[in-house]
Amino acid sequence: MGTYRMFFAGSGGQGVILMGQMVTHAAMLEDRSSTFFPSYGPEMRGGTASCTVIVSDKEVSCPIINEADILVAMNLPSLLKFQPTLKPGGVILLNTSRIDQKPSREDITAIDVPVNDMAAQLGNARVANMIMLGAFVRATGVVAEESIKEVIAATIGAKRADLLDINLKAFDMWKQTA
Amino acid sequence: MTDKVLMKGNEAFAEAAIRGGCRYYFGYPITPQNEIPEYMSRELPKYGGSFLQAESELGAINMAYGASASGGRVFITSSSPGIALMQEGMSFLSSAEVPLVVVNVSRGGPGIGGIQPGQADYIQATRGGGNGDYKVPVFAPSSLQEAVDLIYEAMELADIWRNPIMIYTDGILGQMMEPVVLPEPRPVTEYSELKQKKPWALSGYGDDDSKRRVVKSLRMDPNELEMHVEALFEKYGRAEKELVRVETAGLEDAEIVFVAFGTVARITKEAIELLGESGVKAGLIRPVSLWPFPYDAFDALTDKTKVVISTELSMGQLVQDVQIGVGKRFPIRLITRTGGIIPTSREIVERALGILSDISV
Repeated sequence: MGTYRMFFAGSGGQGVILMGQMVTHAAMLEDRSSTFFPSYGPEMRGGTASCTVIVSDKEVSCPIINEADILVAMNLPSLLKFQPTLKPGGVILLNTSRIDQKPSREDITAIDVPVNDMAAQLGNARVANMIMLGAFVRATGVVAEESIKEVIAATIGAKRADLLDINLKAFDMWKQTA
Repeated sequence: MTDKVLMKGNEAFAEAAIRGGCRYYFGYPITPQNEIPEYMSRELPKYGGSFLQAESELGAINMAYGASASGGRVFITSSSPGIALMQEGMSFLSSAEVPLVVVNVSRGGPGIGGIQPGQADYIQATRGGGNGDYKVPVFAPSSLQEAVDLIYEAMELADIWRNPIMIYTDGILGQMMEPVVLPEPRPVTEYSELKQKKPWALSGYGDDDSKRRVVKSLRMDPNELEMHVEALFEKYGRAEKELVRVETAGLEDAEIVFVAFGTVARITKEAIELLGESGVKAGLIRPVSLWPFPYDAFDALTDKTKVVISTELSMGQLVQDVQIGVGKRFPIRLITRTGGIIPTSREIVERALGILSDISV
């Protein structure tokens, strides 16, 4: 368990803030410490968006990260900006639908998840972030699948119950192959 | 499982104020605290409260002055340049002894500055940014839970002390999300109870009251004004004893003692852990009350301490109080970032080690 320090990054509208919030929320349901800090500024749809998430079994003292254990990169600028901050041995989840480069770091594990292509198969482009969230949870085990599904049900179910099924389907789409 | 909820800082501040009894909020938009007026505009009417977007920060604080002078429980918020505009009001309310809770979700300055986090309103907050002799108790939380607890308590303290109280936060605390446990909503003072609970308030004559009440800050007679200021300072003297809050850690064997408040204290705590891993013992004094400042906390420093470092998002404001607390006993140094830049714990470690080796030469 220990402490996980993470960046979720992409462009505005890709749902990276929601992913970060959901992971933070799921950790809270597990009675662990969690902190979410979004980049904020004169930002807009199509601009950059990122957030820092820390999940820990200890009290989270510092909300600012030196080195990340995990990077979720939804577009190329996010990969380029954040990959230098990864720890050796860290993990990058790459949205290969929008990133056509390999990470320059060789001391990390890269996991390819073509979320936009997969979302197109489901017929709903807007659930791409839920596909990534499912891959993130299954590949890293930062939070348990049950707790994040509880968060999805509470967050999406409360506002748009009609969209809950497709979001859960998206969440379950990525399977660990290795 | 407790009743934890995941909230954004600004929304948690607003909810804590409502639960603390706030029924009047006056505001003007400014980043990074805009979720507070948004939340208040949506939630306060549900409690029978009033939200009003003022035409400016000057309007907001003077509306707050009026509503609180009439006996209402009032909460206002802004960020650095907006808080600067409210300073005239802070002086007036302090002189008139009118309660108010003000949150500064502070950002980089001077001027309009930027919208990223800052702590450079420290002197303004702790010395009084308005005219005349007055003091405002200032509390600086470093987590959302502490912010919620302090705001909730401050809603009561402001009435008890009949004084504005400031909660000094920053853009990180305003924007971040953390689990919080919200306090139970406090019963609100009914209008019928006002005369008994706030006999000074301008709540109207009513049927049985012939005593004229006056809330004012103008005193033309120098003798009257001097007596009034002396009475205020008798109150501030009591506040200096009763409202000091501080957290300390590891002072007994620290080579380096950091002084930091708010989010910077959290980053510094991680820096202290990292220093410990490399064999350097460091401790922390975290003022929770910025005024009254916990000067006595420095008495716990031992001859093992080689340097005291003020870590702050300003160019040497907190350090002025550190100097008063330390006197000439230890060398004092600064680690600062400004403009909205937040140091990492690793940066603090590297700079602290550099300072330690300079001192040791």
